[in-house]
Amino acid sequence: MSAMRSTVDAQPALLSIENIYLLIGFVVLFLVIKTLQDKRHPKRLTTALFWGLFGSVFLFGDLSLTYLGESLTYRWVGVFVILIAVLAGMGKVSMGHYDMPSEEEQTTSARKIGNKLFIPAVLIPIVTVICTIVLKDIQIGSLFVFDQSHVTLAALTLACTIALLVSWKFTGGSPVQALGESRRLVDSIGWAAILPQMLAMLGGVFIVANTGTAIQELVTLFVSPDNRFMLVVIYCVGMALFTMVMGNAFAAFPVMTAGIAVPFLIQGHGASAAPLVAIGMYSGYCGTLMTPMAANFNIVPAALLDLKDKYQVIKVQIPTALSLLAINILLMYGVIFND
Amino acid sequence: MSELNFLPLSGIVVVILGFALRFNPLLVVTCAGVVTGWAVGLDFLTILETFGEKFLNSRQLASFLLLLPVIAILERYGLQQHAKSWIASIKGATTARIMSVYFVVRECSAALGLINLAGQPQTVRPLLAPMALGAASNLHGDLPKPVKDLISAHAAACDNIAVFFGEDIFIAFGAVLLMDAFLRENGITGIEPLHIGLWAIPTAIAALIVHLFRLARLEAKIRAQVALHAEQSQSDAQSSAVREELA
Repeated sequence: MSAMRSTVDAQPALLSIENIYLLIGFVVLFLVIKTLQDKRHPKRLTTALFWGLFGSVFLFGDLSLTYLGESLTYRWVGVFVILIAVLAGMGKVSMGHYDMPSEEEQTTSARKIGNKLFIPAVLIPIVTVICTIVLKDIQIGSLFVFDQSHVTLAALTLACTIALLVSWKFTGGSPVQALGESRRLVDSIGWAAILPQMLAMLGGVFIVANTGTAIQELVTLFVSPDNRFMLVVIYCVGMALFTMVMGNAFAAFPVMTAGIAVPFLIQGHGASAAPLVAIGMYSGYCGTLMTPMAANFNIVPAALLDLKDKYQVIKVQIPTALSLLAINILLMYGVIFND
Repeated sequence: MSELNFLPLSGIVVVILGFALRFNPLLVVTCAGVVTGWAVGLDFLTILETFGEKFLNSRQLASFLLLLPVIAILERYGLQQHAKSWIASIKGATTARIMSVYFVVRECSAALGLINLAGQPQTVRPLLAPMALGAASNLHGDLPKPVKDLISAHAAACDNIAVFFGEDIFIAFGAVLLMDAFLRENGITGIEPLHIGLWAIPTAIAALIVHLFRLARLEAKIRAQVALHAEQSQSDAQSSAVREELA
């Protein structure tokens, strides 16, 4: 697929995608060191190993592609991924021990700093959008600041750096302290942080295995490829149903889009891709609202809120989900066709 | 038409079974990948290389890790406490109004990429549900358990719906990057994440309208349910009084 990437990839940039991956790698490496130093961590070594394996893919991935070649690199990354899954599957990844100030101390500091606490958080999206829209072409000499094929991500990286410096000024907490503090958040997200990437991977295997074609064949049994409206209905409802099965729209998206949207709507009827995928993904989210498979959103809160019926959150969400699914179908049918 | 080949769909069965049996999702997803590859006759090295290639090529999905240090340091210095006292200062609160305000703030902040600013454990349980329940009991007195559950479930739904339909507007969110990566992989070029984010806006507005309409009707539903339960407990009391007289 790399041959398809545009030639702008080659243009050197300060915030190139490789440098951003390296930065993420160093952040994870820092978290690993902090985990190893946490003597009261119940699963110190295995949690550190889990994040260490994950971080290595970022630190050494591009280096390995250059020096070991694609085949060998993909193999060791594949092995690491399986090890990561096994560690998580055996329950070897857990929360550690963190020194958080008491509720009163936080309230006192909140009162002292006031609304300035919101500023760094709000700066992140603002700076990202400004850089993406206005500053994306700026250069230092012949060096682009933002990776021209990953402008958004490069802008986000810059925005986070600026927000970090601003919060340093307002709170007095240094960036190194901030990195250490982020371990608390990363650990509370835990293995779920890696799930989107794993699901993208599963989607990749589905593509290689032609799962999309199997679904495509299933679909042709039910609908004529000339019926635009039914194709839109099948794609949107299919996204919702498949998301209900997978518990996650990310996993449903590559399969349903490769199986229905790309061959029938984009290639078959010239549908425009940006609204198609955006509304398609949102149709999947309608499914997320209606499934116990999306445990974090639908089942965990029922437990947190001490509800008698553990499906009540889902039941409350169904009317909104079905209305939005219908709206998505009409919206998609109305906007994707240009002729 | 040739005979249908269902073997590529075997991974889907693994996912359904794995989730139903409550295995760790990372393990379930990996197994589903291995089973799918094996079912269509790929050798193990090819499966391994596919895993590695896709995992490596979707590394941009982990970019949210760069946001966490900022949020973490702000939390340490009382971001959540400040947000609490800020929301508590909003006057004239009813259940529907509190949830509507929360919905709007949550959807807008998600659209700006502040997805981790709130959530089920961080804001719904300690903040939104108690405030909504408090407002309802101000109006109706002590609430029966089914009414309490209805309000709490709505609080949870509020957070989910607002964040889901807001987050895809933010161009650096994982879903948008995933869609972008998918289009690139499929050779569909010339689309920036910004385009995808813009096309998320109509559905986001529809979600806002639909759900605020439902919240507006929630107040009447609470009133009806409270009245119903009051009636029921009254007739229960009457019948037990009758029973006592008979005895």
